[in-house]
Amino acid sequence: MSEPTEPPRGAATSAAVDTSRDRSRAAQSARVSGPLRRSGDWARRAPLLPALIFMIVVTQLPFVATLVISFMDWNAYYPDERGFAGFANFRRVFTDINLRNAVITTIILTAAVVLISLLLGMLIALLLDRKFRGRGAVRTMLIAPFLIVPVAAALVWKHALYNPEYGLLNGALTWIWHLFGADRPPQPDWISSMPLGAVIAALIWQWTPFMMLILLAGLQSRPLDVIEAARIDGASGWEIFRYMTFPHLRRYLELGGLLGSIYVVQNFDHVFTITSGGLGTANLPYTIYQIFYNAHDYGRASAAAVVVVIGTIVIATFALRTVSTLFREESSR
Amino acid sequence: MTSITDTAPVPATRTAAGAPREKRRSPSGLVLTLLAWVVGVLFVLPVLWMALTSLHSEPAAATNPPSIAAPPTLQGYRDFFGAGAGTTPWPSLANSLTASVTSTILVLLLSIPAAYALSIKPVRKWTDVLFFFLSTKMLPVVAGLLPIYLFAQSVGLLDNIWLLVLFYTSMNLPIAVWMMRSFLAEVPVEMLEAASMDGAGLTRTLQSVVAPVVMPGIAATSLICFIFSWNELLFARVLTGTVAQTAPVYLTGFVTSQGLFLAKVCAAAVAVSLPVLIAGFAAQDKLVQGLSLGAVK
Repeated sequence: MSEPTEPPRGAATSAAVDTSRDRSRAAQSARVSGPLRRSGDWARRAPLLPALIFMIVVTQLPFVATLVISFMDWNAYYPDERGFAGFANFRRVFTDINLRNAVITTIILTAAVVLISLLLGMLIALLLDRKFRGRGAVRTMLIAPFLIVPVAAALVWKHALYNPEYGLLNGALTWIWHLFGADRPPQPDWISSMPLGAVIAALIWQWTPFMMLILLAGLQSRPLDVIEAARIDGASGWEIFRYMTFPHLRRYLELGGLLGSIYVVQNFDHVFTITSGGLGTANLPYTIYQIFYNAHDYGRASAAAVVVVIGTIVIATFALRTVSTLFREESSR
Repeated sequence: MTSITDTAPVPATRTAAGAPREKRRSPSGLVLTLLAWVVGVLFVLPVLWMALTSLHSEPAAATNPPSIAAPPTLQGYRDFFGAGAGTTPWPSLANSLTASVTSTILVLLLSIPAAYALSIKPVRKWTDVLFFFLSTKMLPVVAGLLPIYLFAQSVGLLDNIWLLVLFYTSMNLPIAVWMMRSFLAEVPVEMLEAASMDGAGLTRTLQSVVAPVVMPGIAATSLICFIFSWNELLFARVLTGTVAQTAPVYLTGFVTSQGLFLAKVCAAAVAVSLPVLIAGFAAQDKLVQGLSLGAVK
């Protein structure tokens, strides 16, 4: 499945043509000809083969197995009933209300986390793209959330921030209310009153630094002389952002959005830790984990996994196209 | 730690004199600076709160409003590392270390030769190969979970740390190939040609021309692979049990509340995250390049 079909291939050939250094390398290899060249080819391929074979065995074979199992009747609790099931598992996947909800939850979760952290990431990157006292320290503080082990971060949000009795959020509300001399501060139970929002907020906190880093790198690769010229010509800050910075950032926004989607679609840790998939927060990875780990329905779990893969191919195709565009620009520079 | 210094890369498009933007002392500049600081503090606050709470006693950690100035104590850490109860996290931390370090070494052994064959002496259709590696990264891991579990069950590798080592190697190999390729591509062709003209063999070329240029890249690649392996939960949870469980799996024991245990949870979160924080700040210059698979420098 995961062989990228035409977009990268087309880009790939043009990338190879673009680069001057590749041209010189191609010329090197063209100098050798005939049988010498063939043995040379294998000498070139040899260092690549271990990694390539390892990847094919470890990532492609299991997927083929998943595809086969998805057409089978296979539940570990009923070992005697194993057999060919046709499309029955897929029919069950598409009619199962839990799985349908999981699809919707996954889409809401991924879209919310990726879009909000992209927006925050861009605003913060713009704030950091100027010289000020302590810029390095602020950048370090902003990276820190990304460097907390995801399960640990989810645990801290669940117990130390969201807890209705002693969590920091309600603690801060008490403080603020006392500060203004009021008693009876509101003490919401964050996780039960907005379960999906609680998961999303914790994920945004971890993913905004990632977006910020990519967008900051994008901002810093702007051709500054052109922007300086525009400023001298009397362009306002907003005009410079709208017509120069934003178009330049678009590709980095796409890249951040797509890479973020690929990771967030697969999120398991936060859903598992903060809500244990309850209260309508079960996304697809969590639901598949449950069908497989708790219900031991291997056929249905595999069919759901195949559906997820097909959904991911759509995102992945765009992601590969974006990466190959950046890749081409990078190598022709 | 080097984290305080300003490490933002200065791209070649900027002149040394005109670096990012001239310092403005206008009131709006001051407001923006203040805003940047406020945002930074807000983002780091949960981390600081976690660290502070881990140093409080259990009763002090569970007050509302929070008691910031409670006397610090190491009781939370003592509880986590098994002073009171029977369980200790040490075996799971050791498992995490084994899985992360071994898989990172395997990744380097496989990815460096592969990256060499994709950049210094490229095979034909090398970009196709490169994109094949990338596409495996986009396959949702949950799709491979079941067959790997069934395979492990049939050959008796369940609850065995080496199965995780193999899986983490495959998880990080595409990232490492992309990163290493982008680092190796920075070795100037002219230097390689000069070396071969001077009659330097492969070993000599690798040693004195390639190695000095790519060493920082290798360091960054290994740190990022280490972080991803250390963080992984889903596969570790499904494929390991009592013997081979990793630190994140051990942490899932804290998902349900157990009375007054907030200081212990925070101590656990700090202890398990510390290696990642250290590795991450050590690699922060190359973090973007690694996370974007070499697409952004």
